[in-house]
Amino acid sequence: MAKQIKVYSTLTCPICRRTKKFLEENRVPFQDFNVGVDAVARDDMIRKSGQMGVPVIDIDGEIIVGFDEPKLREKLGLNRG
Amino acid sequence: MYDLIIVGAGPAGMTAAVYAARKKLNTLLISKDVGGQVNWTLGVENYMGYQFIEGQELMVKFEEQVKRFPIDIKTGQLVGKVSRVKEAFRVEAENGDAYEGHAVIVASGKRPRPLGVPGEEKLRGRGVTYCSVCDGPVFTGRRVAVVGGGNSALEAVNDLVKIAEHVFMVSLTPLTADAILIEKARQANNLTVFTEYQVLDISGENMVQGMRIRDLKSGEVTFLEVAGIFVEIGLIPNSELVKGLAELNAIGEVKVNCSCETSVTGLFAAGDVTDAPEKQIVVAAGEGAKAALRAHRYLQRLKS
Repeated sequence: MAKQIKVYSTLTCPICRRTKKFLEENRVPFQDFNVGVDAVARDDMIRKSGQMGVPVIDIDGEIIVGFDEPKLREKLGLNRG
Repeated sequence: MYDLIIVGAGPAGMTAAVYAARKKLNTLLISKDVGGQVNWTLGVENYMGYQFIEGQELMVKFEEQVKRFPIDIKTGQLVGKVSRVKEAFRVEAENGDAYEGHAVIVASGKRPRPLGVPGEEKLRGRGVTYCSVCDGPVFTGRRVAVVGGGNSALEAVNDLVKIAEHVFMVSLTPLTADAILIEKARQANNLTVFTEYQVLDISGENMVQGMRIRDLKSGEVTFLEVAGIFVEIGLIPNSELVKGLAELNAIGEVKVNCSCETSVTGLFAAGDVTDAPEKQIVVAAGEGAKAALRAHRYLQRLKS
């Protein structure tokens, strides 16, 4: 079964855009939550990650804070590009 | 053994890598990340060839250009130390990996300056942030503080007053930002400015709950109840890796001459980590090119 991926981000954060672009380029479907306007998602993000920085990536419950390409590749099973 | 090890993959390091590769130097590019500070820049309008480009997009283009060449790239590795080994250098990453090269270019850039107060490190990312443009919207409807009095602090304030419940601005000195930014901030009705106040400490269990500030004139201490603290007090050079090896200036920048040579033969430096004036993407790229060409010349002499 495909992994459930959620990205918590803000519109202004360049690293969030980079993260989402990386997922798109690797054809990884994800749900995007704008924590600048979505208060429920914001609380979820803080609860799951225990911190308030964006982006936060939730891969089937595994939490990655920030754009960490090697870690994302590992968790998503993507080969080194 | 590499001919050349380049530490840092921002504009200086990546440009140096391309120049080194074109000289057929056996090169290692090692860095914590790709793009460095430029990744946090929304729009770039003064890098020639692009009238407008997003910072991270420009860095992706740099990276693509580097990857056209057969050089080794190791990312996710923060270099902790560069030391002399006979006529060569040893570059140690914080994860324990070590590499040797005949020459080294230090292009490790700068990072946000921390406040250096109790509670800051523990609550980093838990309300304490150094990227207001990234994390600002997370604090929508909350009370926040911005520390600093320069342009980046005022820019953060002007963004935050639109979304936060209240913004406290705390500056050690009178505001030094451009008048136009200060004037804009003064129009906000949810902003309180404390100038000539010092931050004493940041408190909170799991998340920031507030911070104490002290009036430099009267000595009076005030507690500000805030959920977010945006630290915008400038940058410091990532020069620890060559501390004790190369000469640094008073603010920790690596001293270089106009050919990017440091005080140590065979050790070069380029970009924001150096004392070369004007921290700009185009300047850093140019310095990276100079450093690689000089290193190439040095290596030729070494081999002959």
